[in-house]
This record gives sequence, C-alpha cells and structure tokens, in this order.
Amino acid sequence: MRDNTMSTETTGPDITSRPSGRAARERMYRYVLLLCAAASILVTVSIVVLLARDAVTFFTLVNPVDFFTGTEFLISRNVYGLLPLLSGTLLVTVISAVIALPTGVAAAVYLSEYASDQMRSVLKPGLEILAGIPTVVYGIFALVYVTPFLQAIGLPVNTFNILSASIMVGIMIIPMVSSLSEDAMSAVPDSLRRAGYGMGATKFEVTTGVVVPAAASGIFSSFILALSRAIGETMIVVVAAGSRPRMLNLSDPLANLFQGYQPMTAAMVQINSADSVSQLGFTSLFAIGLTLFVITFLLNLLSNRIAARYREEYE
Amino acid sequence: MTQNEMTSNDSTEPTPTTETAASSPDPSGDPLIEQSIDVDGTDATAAETGEPVIESRDLNVFYGETQALQSINLAIPEKQVTAMIGPSGCGKSTFLRCINRMNDLIDAARVEGDLYFEGKNVYDADVDPVALRRRIGMVFQHPNPFPKSIYDNVAYGLRIQDQTENIDEKVETALKRAALWDEVKDQLDKSALDLSGGQQQRLCIARAIAVDPDVILMDEPASALDPIATSKIEDLIEELAEEFTVVIVTHNMQQAARISDKTAVFLTGGELVEFDDTDKIFENPESQRVEDYITGKFG
Repeated sequence: MRDNTMSTETTGPDITSRPSGRAARERMYRYVLLLCAAASILVTVSIVVLLARDAVTFFTLVNPVDFFTGTEFLISRNVYGLLPLLSGTLLVTVISAVIALPTGVAAAVYLSEYASDQMRSVLKPGLEILAGIPTVVYGIFALVYVTPFLQAIGLPVNTFNILSASIMVGIMIIPMVSSLSEDAMSAVPDSLRRAGYGMGATKFEVTTGVVVPAAASGIFSSFILALSRAIGETMIVVVAAGSRPRMLNLSDPLANLFQGYQPMTAAMVQINSADSVSQLGFTSLFAIGLTLFVITFLLNLLSNRIAARYREEYE
Repeated sequence: MTQNEMTSNDSTEPTPTTETAASSPDPSGDPLIEQSIDVDGTDATAAETGEPVIESRDLNVFYGETQALQSINLAIPEKQVTAMIGPSGCGKSTFLRCINRMNDLIDAARVEGDLYFEGKNVYDADVDPVALRRRIGMVFQHPNPFPKSIYDNVAYGLRIQDQTENIDEKVETALKRAALWDEVKDQLDKSALDLSGGQQQRLCIARAIAVDPDVILMDEPASALDPIATSKIEDLIEELAEEFTVVIVTHNMQQAARISDKTAVFLTGGELVEFDDTDKIFENPESQRVEDYITGKFG
C-alpha cells in the first residue's frame, strides 16, 4: 500500500489517501446496526428476568405445587390455583385449532394448487385483511353477533361463553395458517407435481399425496405459530369469554363449551386493572405470565424441532 | 374402452416379471412376442414385434402462437427402444409429452391432429388422461423422487391405483428390474433424497415400472447424471425394452446410437425429418440435413 511505484505512472487520485473520519464512521454504522439487531433480544431477556423475579416473590408465599394443581382461583380469598385458568386457555386453543387448522390448510391448498391467478389475486388480499382486523373488534363481534347466532340455532350458550370467543380466535388465526402453509406448498417444486401426474395421479391425489406431505414441515410450523397466537390471545377472550375462572367439567364435555371461562390472559388483564388488589394478588400476575411464556416458548421449540426433522431440501 | 383395458391390466398376476405388460389371456405364442390385445377388438390380431403401439397422424402442437411440432407422422413399434434426437427446441420433448398428455398441464399448449395408443386416439373426448398415464409411465430429465422413503416412492403408483396386494413383492420386483435393489434393500425406509443422482433416477424408473405400464417415456433421463450413472441407465433401458415399449428423448447422439432400435430425427422448427432403424439413420441417412446433423455440421 505504501509503495508508490505503481501510482507514479498514473494521474488519477492517490489510492493511498483515506479520509480521516471514514474508518470511525464505518465502525459507528456497524455498532448502531448491531444495537438494533440486539435490541429485541435485550428486551426479551429483561422481560423474562423481571417476570421470573416477581414470580419468585409469588412462589415464596404460595407453594408452587398448590399453584399448579389448585382447582380454584379467587384473588379475594387469596386462593391461587392455575387449573381453572389453564382450562380456559386449553378450551380456546383446542376449539380455535379445530376451526382454524383444517380451514387454513384447505384454503392454502386451494390458493396454491387450485385457484386461478385472478382468483388468487382476490382471495389473498382478502385473507390479509382478516389478519389486519384489531382483535378487540373480533371480541365485540363474538359477543354481539356470534353468541346471539349460537343461541338462535338452539345452542344453550350463556351471554359470555368460551365457544363464541374461541370461534373468533379460530377465524383470527386462519390467515396465519393459510398464508404460511401456502408459502410452504408453493415452495414444493413442480417437478414433484409432474412426477405425480406422470404416475397417473389425479389433481387431488397429487395435492394430498405429494404436495402436502412435501410441505409438511412448513404446515406444522404454521400450526404451532397459530396455536401460540391462540394461547396468547387476550382481547377476544376478555370481551366475550366472561370473567369467571372455572374448571373443565369432564363428566359433560359438551356443556363446557356453553359456559364462560377466564383463560390465563384474561385473568392477567383483570388482575392488572382491578381497583384494589393485594400485593400477593398482584404478583400472581407474574406467575401466570411466566407460565404462559414457558408454554409458548416450548411450543416454539417444538416447532423448530419439527421443522428441522421434516424439512426436505430441494434444489 | 380405456376403462376396460385398465381393468384387464389390473388383474394381471402379482408376479409380473415374466408377463407382458398387458397380458392377454391367450396362452399360445412366445411371451416375448405376444402382444397386448385390445379388449374391444380394434387391434384384435396378435401383432408381431414391431407393430406400432403409438402412432401419430398429422400431429401439430402450438404453444400460444408458436408452432412446436409440424404435422408429425410417426409410428412407434412395441417393445423396442425408440429414440428421438435433435437440437434444442426441435420439439422432441413436446412430442414425448403428447403421448401421455402431459401437455395438458401446460396452459398455452394446443394439440391438433391424432395420436393413437393401441388404436385409440388419446385426444378423443372420452379418454381420461389420468387412466392413460397409468399405462404410459414417464421418467423425467432431472430425477424427481418424492420426499418420501425409497419404499413409499415405488409404492406410490401401486397405492393410487389400488394395487396394494402383495405390495412388498411388487416394490422389490420393481427395484430389481431397475437394478437398484442390491443397493437399497437394507434401507428401504431411508429418504429417497439421500440417494445419489443416478440412484434417484433408477428409483424413478422403478417407480414408473412398478405399476406395470405398457410404455415408458423418458425425457433425457441421463442428461443430469455422470458417465458411470449414465451407462447404468443405458444398460437398464436396453433391458426394459424386453418388456416395455421405451420412447426416449436424448440430445446425446451416441446414446441414441448405443441403445435404440429406431431413431427419429427432429430438426429445428418442430419438423420430423427422418425416422428409421437406428443403424440406417447413423450409417446411411436419406436426408442430407440428417447426415449434417449426425456428423456434427450443425446443432
């Protein structure tokens, strides 16, 4: 670099000159970008640390065994059993999954394999709009339209009930399932479809026997993400599912659907917005929150495991 | 009629290795020469080897405004290897895809004229392309095994055709006929994508022959493979012609000369210039243009 023998013959700018501030500026850009990339991780870590700290305070006063196995949740009497809240969350997750997973995959199959370009250009934005609706609107819709509809068709649902809330949660997560599943199916190479047709498979056989299995890892991932979303969904259940923690009634499973429940998220909102709540009651918020976090975290881990296991590499 | 043929084909013995592709109930005759007989009698006399099983008459294909094939008249004999050669864009692959109506999958493709398979025009309105493709298997340019196990790849066609009786045996037979069995017999549950390219292509051949079709179409089956894998595929193709009618598209003239009985030379513009015995085409072609092409003066 310091050797000038080459530049002596040219008249261009000296290639050894370097503006003094440039190196420092380049370094600065690098660190600003790093900070942005690290910010989300820093925030996540601090949330977990703070959640854990307050949850530990709670667990020094309430036996964790009592918390995780308790069948009653009554802050006014300092009874903190998680199971009724877990029941609500479980119901929301299962019912919304029953609605969203088959519908979402079917929609994805249609969009990816059957729809004409014109049809797709109408349907895809439509589904994206569905994903853009604020969840409180879904909640009010559940309360004002879905519940009366369920009553009109003869189901004995209460005003606040887990069924209509879960139906709306299910509808809310359909775009998530369909969009991610469609991406996975579109990524399946056409050569595989041709192989199927060449074997004398019908379109439906190619779709179900070749495309869907080849896209399985993406479809599973979309399921897990959608379920995480359902588990964490708050506004719809706050508005439409009622505010009464209740245990699942295993002797009459169907009756469960028609009653109000308070899932974990809704309970946290209630504790947080209550006028007078004991210190212990307030810290229970963090115990519930930490549990919720662990559940969705485990689901994400599972999702990654499944994706890694079933992912097929295509050229 | 297609349906009837399908049914008679379905009822073949579970060990089809020594059977002809669509076995006739007639016990007489050399099994290697014995031909399939159309149940409706359009081709009722037991034909001799070399009787056309596929015949095109004035076949034109258009992709949008572009004409890809120009009035092709070609009769492909049964249980022989027929090679289609020619420069890129000459329409040889297009012709191949007409035979099992894979061109149906290309929106812009339009086919005019007739193409007969065992005496039936496959472009007649009553022909079901799905049923047709179950009798005319296809092997593609790039190996395209399903992302399933080796076993499930071979079993795929058997399953969609409900030929699941003795399925283990049929899978084994197909893998043996595709000269792949010894390499994979201990790892049938392994993903087909873990195989080498040459093995994958032989697996695709096994998948195609497992359902015992009458014809196997091959679209440059060795062009993506190394020379050793290529020579294995070539050996295999010659063996397959004992039981199946093989139609192979290749841009490799030496390959056509080595393995085919008949050769069709397509030249640019979708024109079939010459079709004859392979020896004749390579040693003493009628057409000067074919001679120029064969000797490497162009293309």
